[in-house]
Formats: sequence, C-alpha cells, structure tokens
Amino acid sequence: MVIALSFVVAALFAVTIYLILSKHIIRMLLGVVLLGNSVNLLIFTNGRIGSIVPPVIPEGQSVPLEQLSNPLPQALILTAIVISFSFFAFLLVLSYRAFQDLNTDDTDEMRVAEPEDEGLPPLGY
Amino acid sequence: MAADTSLEALKEQAMTQVPITALDYSVVLPVVICFVFGAGLLMIRKSVAWHPLVALSGLALLFLADLAVLYRVATGGTVTMMMGGWIPPFGIAFTADLMGALFLVASGFVALCCGIYSVASVSRVERRYGFFPLLFIMMAGVSGAFVTGDVFNLYVWFEVFLIASFGLLILGSEREQLDGATKYCFLNLVGTTFFLIGTGYLYGIFGTLNMADIARKAAAMEDTAALFTLASIYLVSFAMKAAAFPLNAWLPASYHTPRFVVSALFAGLLTKVGVYAAIRINLMIFPPERADLSLVFAWIAGLTMLVGGLGALAQTDLRRLLNYVVIAGIGTIFVALAMPVPLPGGEIAGSALSVGLSGAIFYALHSIIVMTGLYLAAGVAAHLAGTSSLHEMGGLWRNHPLFAAMMLILLFAVSGLPPFSGFWPKVALVRASIAADMPWLAATVLFSGFLLTIASARVFALGFWRSLPAASAPAFGRTDRQEIIYERFTAAGPDKAWSAVPLLALILVVIAAGVWPQWLLDLTDLAAQGVIDPGSYISSVFGGLE
Repeated sequence: MVIALSFVVAALFAVTIYLILSKHIIRMLLGVVLLGNSVNLLIFTNGRIGSIVPPVIPEGQSVPLEQLSNPLPQALILTAIVISFSFFAFLLVLSYRAFQDLNTDDTDEMRVAEPEDEGLPPLGY
Repeated sequence: MAADTSLEALKEQAMTQVPITALDYSVVLPVVICFVFGAGLLMIRKSVAWHPLVALSGLALLFLADLAVLYRVATGGTVTMMMGGWIPPFGIAFTADLMGALFLVASGFVALCCGIYSVASVSRVERRYGFFPLLFIMMAGVSGAFVTGDVFNLYVWFEVFLIASFGLLILGSEREQLDGATKYCFLNLVGTTFFLIGTGYLYGIFGTLNMADIARKAAAMEDTAALFTLASIYLVSFAMKAAAFPLNAWLPASYHTPRFVVSALFAGLLTKVGVYAAIRINLMIFPPERADLSLVFAWIAGLTMLVGGLGALAQTDLRRLLNYVVIAGIGTIFVALAMPVPLPGGEIAGSALSVGLSGAIFYALHSIIVMTGLYLAAGVAAHLAGTSSLHEMGGLWRNHPLFAAMMLILLFAVSGLPPFSGFWPKVALVRASIAADMPWLAATVLFSGFLLTIASARVFALGFWRSLPAASAPAFGRTDRQEIIYERFTAAGPDKAWSAVPLLALILVVIAAGVWPQWLLDLTDLAAQGVIDPGSYISSVFGGLE
C-alpha cells in the first residue's frame, strides 16, 4: 500500500511541477491545487499505513482495545488542507484581478513592476 | 505499564502535575497580544479614527511583552511552556531561547516604529481595508515563529504571516502591486510548501515534531542518509524564504510595490524569519548534515552578497535599490552557516562557528533595524521629492539637512562602516571566515560591503546632495507616469512628527549598537553557543523528566 501510494505521490508531483513551470497563471493555479494535494498525500504516507481502525476509545474504557490508525498525520493534513485551500482562494482572486488590470495571464508579459526599458542609472551629476 | 490503566494514572503519565503559573504564560504573551488586538481591530473596523490609538497601544504592549521574554531568558535561561500541560514531546512546545528572544525584541521594536510611522501615512481607506488588523496578524506569525519549539507549528506561523503579508502587499490595488504580488504569492507559496514536504518526511523519520526531541534523536541516529535529504529540502525552503541566490527573484519583483511602511516591515522582518528558521533547523537540529552542506552554504552566501551588491548598483529607483541591499544582507548572514563544526571535545566559545554565528545573529538584528529605517526614510524622501527615481530626486540636503543626516547614518550603517551597527558583525564574520580557512569568503564579505558603499554613496550624492535636477522641476512639465507617481507620493505622506519619531528611535539603536557593541555581542555570543550546543534547549523542554 505504501509503495503504491509513493508512486501516486510521485506522479502527482510530476504533474504539479509540469503545471507550475508553465508561463500561464491559469495553469500555475491548477498546479497549486495539485501541489497541496500531493503534499497532503505525502504526509499521509509518511505517517505509515497500518491499522484502519478509527482512533476512538470506546465508552467506559481508558485505553484503546486494539491497534488504531495514526491520528497525527490526519491532524497535520487537516491543517494543511485549510491553509492550502485559503491560499488557493486568495491566489484565484488575485490572479483574476491581475488579469483584469494587466490584461494578460502570461508571466513573461507582466512587467509593470519591473519595466524592461528602465535605462541605465544616473552615471554622474 | 499495562497494570494500571485507570484514568488518573494515565493522566499522570501524560500530563505535567505542576500547575502552570501566570509567569509561564509570558512566552505566549506576544502571540496572544497580536491576536487579541488583531481581532479587536477587526471588530471596530468601521471606526477607523480609533485604529491608530488602539494599534499603537497594542504594539507598545507587544514590545513590552517581548522585552519581558528577553529579560526572563537572559536572566534565567531558556524558557519552555507546554500547551495544555502535556508532557513533552506530546504537546506543542513554545520554547524561547536567547536567539529567539533577541529576534523577538527586534521584531517588536520595528513593528512599533512602523506603527507610529503608519499613523499619518496610511490613509483612511487603507485603514478601512484592514491595514492594522493585518499588521497584527503578521506580527503574530512572526512572533510565533520566533518562540515555537515545534516544527509543524513553525510551518503554521510561516503561513500565518504569509497570508497577512499578501493582504498588506496589495493594499491600494495598484497595477504594480498586482503584478508584484502575483510573483510574490506564487513563489512564497512554493517555498513554504517545500517546508511542509520536509516536515512530512521529518515526521516519517522521527515520529515526532518537537525540535528538542528531534535534535536529541538526530544526534543519536546512526543511519543519517535520510537526514541529509531532509537538511537539503529545508535548505531550499529557507533559502527561498530568505531570498538567497538563486531563489531571490521574488523579492526585487515585489518589495518596491506596496506602501513604504509595508516595504519597511517586510524588508525588516520576513526574510529574517527565513534566516532564523535556517539557523534553528539546519544548524541546531542537523549540525553534521549542515557541515556537509558547508560549501553549498558558502557559495549561496557569496553569490547572494554579490548579486545584492551588483543589483543595487544597477538600479535607478531608490526603493528597488534597497530591495537588493536586503538581499546582500541575507548573503552576509548566510556566511555563518558555512562555518565548520567545532572539533569534538573542543571549546565551542571562540570557534569559527561560534564567532561567525554570533556575528550573523548580530547582523540579522542590525539588518532588521536598518532595513526598516532605510525604507521608512525612503518613504519620507519620496514624499518630499515627489519621486523615488534617482534621475529626478535631488536638493534634499539643502532643504532638509536633519533628515538628510539621518539618511546618511542609515546608509553608512547598511554599508558596514564604523561607528555604526553594521561594522562589528562584519568584523566577526570576516574573522570567522579566515579562521575557517575560507579567505575568499572573507574577501567576498568585504567586497560586497564595498559595492554597497558605492551604491549608498550614489543614493546620497544623487538624491540628497546635488541640487534639484532640471528634469524634475515643475516648470519642466512631467510625463503622465511621473505625474501619477508624484501625486501618489505627495498625497498621503508621512507627516513630520509621525515619521521623525520612529526614524530617530531606529537611528539611536543603530548608533548605540555601533558605539557600545559589547553588551549586544555578549548576548549574541551566548545565543550562538546555545544554538551550537542545544543541551540547555533540550533540558529546558524535557526538564527533569529523564
């Protein structure tokens, strides 16, 4: 199971890197979504997949009766999901606003903050 | 163990029985203050007239709380508070050691200065859009990163200040800001995701996220191949966060677009959090792996310094020039990470690593103060001149001699000239590089200082010393673009009193640290030794449990 998941993670990362290397913001956005998910799966796999019993102690007991699944990676992933989701929402709006104002989603053409025709700095008085 | 499974007995094994005193909470106080004031300001978001008063009292409280943490750590050693009273390594630990406390105080001071400056320069509309709440949330993230003792928690603080910085960056929704913010957001998101990837593997290898616990287990580990991979992933992530070459492209693309006070905060704090994390994780937790990467760190440091220095020389715009000065400072701090590990059994104090790291922490503190001061001063200069282009500025020395003198002090300090605060840490770093048999690294530190001196001299000669160039005289007529910039800079500018107070405060610290460096050097020496030998850090977390 772990080996199969490792290959899934690797495949997801490959797609992510391909998408993020694109010049176009819209593809980079898709890459960001996949990036968050591939990292979540990576953390999940790193937490080891053993028992699939939910980590809940039955009523009246103070210790678990059988081996439980590891809840910590799931807590980490939950945090990471919330963060990557909110970041993606922000990036989506930002990219849309940038597209409205700059009229392009090609990062090569986004040169407003760093204009190409700056010229030399003053060389003397 | 299996015998006694009553709830009370289990509790005794998992939770500390010593009640947490009110004094223990001082470690979390900076973060709590930031969140309380951030949320409070959000609740009164419509009464913008109240914002400055509330925000300034909050920032003053934050600074006092930071000072209290430093006082406790400097007098009583590393302090730890376990969340929820869990016995380590189960709960999340907040551990303030001397290095973290020093960074904490510097960040609180800078935030207070920027808060004062922003009273007059941040318009009502921008306050309504949440300048002050975002400022507090960002400070919560920065303060949290400096005191947390848990790797995943550090990642969360990174994201907290990152999302707040997004909001601050686009305050104003200008075209430049949208352009710069797009690059800043994507690249920083990728950088912190690398941090998360590393943390996932870290958990897979150690089964714990507590820094003290990991440091202990990593030192005892025999098969260290995986740790080398981990150290490399963290290096990529923190180099990206700190804007070290070759991962620095996002900084010059974005730091000149927001309001000056926002640039000042970012330049002072955000890259330094990356540096802090690199020192904390790469140096404290994985020392042998860091030593194996020593040559990589040396190259990164050297090239970052050169890129910063040469980039600063090539800029026409004052703020874009400062962007590269920030990068050069990051390279200087990274020099310490290239130092070799002291020989086993050898004296830590006085070794190349200890001297270098002490210099690096000093330099980072200096850089936090000076870079903030420089961007704030650039804001005043742009307000007075109506432009930030070196082609069009001029005449500031004649019309505003006191302000020009302040700028000169800051420029001297950032170039590393005595008697200001940039000089002594560079001496320490050069000494350490020579002691570590890396004379070329020492030469690069000096050469980058030379490049920065030329760039600073150019700023002062062109922007301040020469009389107003004819091209920018109003009679000459401005182009449309110049007109837009002129109106933007002169409209809601920093008023004299509100900008003089923070600038004076920052400059006093710069002078004090340059003329009487010994007290600060003593503190940074101790801080460096505490990071190189994390024994006291570990025993602070685990206490008498072993």
